[in-house]
Amino acid sequence: MENTHKLTKKDFVVDGPVKWCAGCGGFSILSAVQNALPEINVPIEDIVFVSGIGCSSRFPYYIETYGFHGLHGRAAALASGMKSANPKLSVWQITGDGDAMAIGGNHFIHLIRRNIDINVLLFNNKIYGLTKGQYSPTTPKGSVTKTSPHGTIENPFNPGELTMGAQGTFFARVIDKEPKVMKEVFIEAHKHKGTSIVEILQNCVIFNNDVHEQVTGKEVKDDRTIYLEHGKQMIFGKERNKGLVLNKGYNLEVVTIGENGITEDDLLVHNAYDPNPNLHYMLGRMTYPDFPVAVGVIRSVKDTTYEVMLEEQVEHEKANSKIKNMTDLLNSGNVHVIE
Amino acid sequence: MSKNGKVIEREDVVVKFAGDSGDGMQLTGNQFSDASASLGNDLSTFPDFPSEIRAPQGTVAGVSGFQVRIGHKDVETPGDLADVLVALNPAALKSNLKWVKPGATIIIDIDNFDNKHYKKAGYVDDPLGDDSLQGYNLIKAPITGLSRATVRELNLGIDNKTADKTRNQFVMGLLFWLFNRDIEDGKEFILNKFGKKPHLAEANIAVLYGGYNYAETIEALSTTFQINPVKNRKGKFRQITGNVATAWGLIAGAEKAGKELFLGSYPITPATEILQELSNRKDLGVKTFQAEDEIAGVMTAIGASFTGKLAATSTSGPGLALKSEALGLAGITELPLVVVNVQRGGPSTGLPTKPEQSDLMQALYGRNGESPIPVIAASTPGNCFHYAFEASRLAIEHMTPIILLTDGYLANGTELWKLPDMNEMPEIKTPLVKDNDPDYQPYRRDPEKLNRFWAVPGQKGLRHRIGGLEKSDIYGEVSHDPYNHEKMVNLRQEKVDRIANYIPEQTVYGNKEGGELLVVGWGGTYGALHSAVKEMRENGSDISLAQFNYIYPLPKNTGEIFSKYKKIVVCEINNGQFSTYLRSQLPDYKYEQYNKIQGLPFYIAELKNKFQEILEDK
Repeated sequence: MENTHKLTKKDFVVDGPVKWCAGCGGFSILSAVQNALPEINVPIEDIVFVSGIGCSSRFPYYIETYGFHGLHGRAAALASGMKSANPKLSVWQITGDGDAMAIGGNHFIHLIRRNIDINVLLFNNKIYGLTKGQYSPTTPKGSVTKTSPHGTIENPFNPGELTMGAQGTFFARVIDKEPKVMKEVFIEAHKHKGTSIVEILQNCVIFNNDVHEQVTGKEVKDDRTIYLEHGKQMIFGKERNKGLVLNKGYNLEVVTIGENGITEDDLLVHNAYDPNPNLHYMLGRMTYPDFPVAVGVIRSVKDTTYEVMLEEQVEHEKANSKIKNMTDLLNSGNVHVIE
Repeated sequence: MSKNGKVIEREDVVVKFAGDSGDGMQLTGNQFSDASASLGNDLSTFPDFPSEIRAPQGTVAGVSGFQVRIGHKDVETPGDLADVLVALNPAALKSNLKWVKPGATIIIDIDNFDNKHYKKAGYVDDPLGDDSLQGYNLIKAPITGLSRATVRELNLGIDNKTADKTRNQFVMGLLFWLFNRDIEDGKEFILNKFGKKPHLAEANIAVLYGGYNYAETIEALSTTFQINPVKNRKGKFRQITGNVATAWGLIAGAEKAGKELFLGSYPITPATEILQELSNRKDLGVKTFQAEDEIAGVMTAIGASFTGKLAATSTSGPGLALKSEALGLAGITELPLVVVNVQRGGPSTGLPTKPEQSDLMQALYGRNGESPIPVIAASTPGNCFHYAFEASRLAIEHMTPIILLTDGYLANGTELWKLPDMNEMPEIKTPLVKDNDPDYQPYRRDPEKLNRFWAVPGQKGLRHRIGGLEKSDIYGEVSHDPYNHEKMVNLRQEKVDRIANYIPEQTVYGNKEGGELLVVGWGGTYGALHSAVKEMRENGSDISLAQFNYIYPLPKNTGEIFSKYKKIVVCEINNGQFSTYLRSQLPDYKYEQYNKIQGLPFYIAELKNKFQEILEDK
């Protein structure tokens, strides 16, 4: 019989094995999701995990909810159908950088533009893992991979830029090594009504090991990332003495407190709820070495959602139309009665 | 107004309207058809338009046509050749003259027959100056000039460009005279259409009367037609296109299954009206999702099916190609899904606005892996309703994707359709699972039909995971086990094969006990094939027809029927796809073929010629 007890992590753990490589970033993400779900106050049977194809997309098999392992790149469309058909469901889309940005790029931007209330966890390891090491749309330019033996000659996508460009209402970035932050951000993603994109900087231990280490490594992380919290100043660094300001050219600039007369009060204060996406866009696209990489909830703004508006239109038409069933429809309009 | 001329009673008459694609020929055709329907005539219509929205005016490429056949007996096709052609410009005349009967009445807008228009139409010589129109009853009506003059006299401040849009009402007035119709009926149509713009209504009505009065005045139209109402036909009827009938059939399926309908689709000619019609039916709980592409169209539908909706996607050939991978997914996850494919001329973009039956092989086989999906086909505009309903029934009751094939000819053509009684339609039994059913497993099957069961998110105690990877029998875990894969492939095949136990047997029109020649067709060619066979039977030929709606699996008695005839000829608007299929399914019979691949439907005359040849070649 289905539970009536308070859900715990254990309720979301499957019996079978989780078949990712030992050391894969997927394990900590899975664990953070299982920790977050008991706290979102949704009945377990109303939760659905949907995925595309790739290492990350095996996720639905590893979590004890309803699940649908879809087609390569098409998870966003599959999830859109589910949420539009039944807005009551809590729909989570698991995808990777290849699945979401390459073969599924079209569905990705259209999901965001429609603002359907789906939580997208984008595992970004900047490589094709399941096909064993080809460059992906987020692989840095010049990288040598199996299909770019002389270095890639393509500019990578930044998921944050794409999200803002597609009029996204929620974008966050987290690191697979930070379970507490992940859990909190996943809960925030759930709370946000609309499409939530959470980019997870994930390690691929086999084909792209330590890909994010130069930013997220223990020794450098404090200086090379900035954790953004709504209402708080944009401050970072081991010494907590660096921060972000807007300079006269309306560009972000890293400053040091105490130098050139800069004080803490000069730093920007993060407003994740600002409908104007310009600053969020700049924050989302910050990359090392010029800037710290922004983590945390970068943008979270209210807007109407597709599935709610669709439901409202249906209810309005049902209430106001004379046509209540198929027989009414058949007899509507130009009917010739021949006697 | 009285008539002094001769009135000829006819069984049926074919009228073709042709003009520039902005001239309102489709509207005029529909108006004439509707007026005929209200008088109790049977009818069949077929629009014939270019894929360009407004190709250059006055050119052959820009000609838009609408053919209607009205009759006082059953009308099964829009007719081969026209008895009356309305040609608003030389290009319309040039491109349609070959589809006109000898002695036909041809009404032209003489105001457009000048050197400028001849040049645009590609005429070297004045067609009115040579003998190319000899033998026709040619009416040179100053349609543009008289329409403009009529509008001008009303002093409504309407410019010439707008006044030209009333020309179709002049034509209508002419035809109302020609067919002995009550002009008041035409007036009513205009009032309904232009009710909110009284000055346009007034102008159009004035021009309608202008056309009528002109016809009465000139001697050339002294002979008029009378088509009497169909006898012994009672009930409620409406004109319906195949696309609207398909949309309604899906709604009816949802109603009888107690489900809401969800359509995920992307606009594509000639299937778009299905999406349009359903997007306007939110009052019946229908949700439509206009997706970013064909793939998202079908994927959203699969997602909706997973959540327990009657899900459908509508498309045409190129779109079906894009959906292939997703159809495999619907097949392996064994979810109900109705795929409507409105066939058009292919390959590639092909002939977007022209009908063809060339997607049969794609529907049957166009997927990776062993991926059987049942295929059915509608055969008249009206029965698209029935087969969309059937597709819904089979998809849900057997937990399978299914492809419904229609075509551009059915989709845009209309017939006078007798309204079905919803109380007489069967319930669709959904293979649902009760919450917390301890025996539920994702791939546990019904022992008879072999369908799995439909447990949907939101239900307690039934959480499970499905997907495109092969799954273990019964338990539905990811499995690469070789014997399990073979078993699952066979189970999915057997499930589809057993659908043959749940569809009607094939029927034969003609000599059911067997005979000389069996004509075999499928889908949208029914009207032409049935008319040809009927006419030949009335002249004593030993010929019968088996028109297939259930393609895969075939009705169980198909072989038995084939065994009773000396000869079988398979007729298709393609290069022989159904005959190839029949040879693979029922190899014991010899199949002759008759194929036409011109983006045009069959004509009755050409069919009769072919059948006569086969019968005489003993």
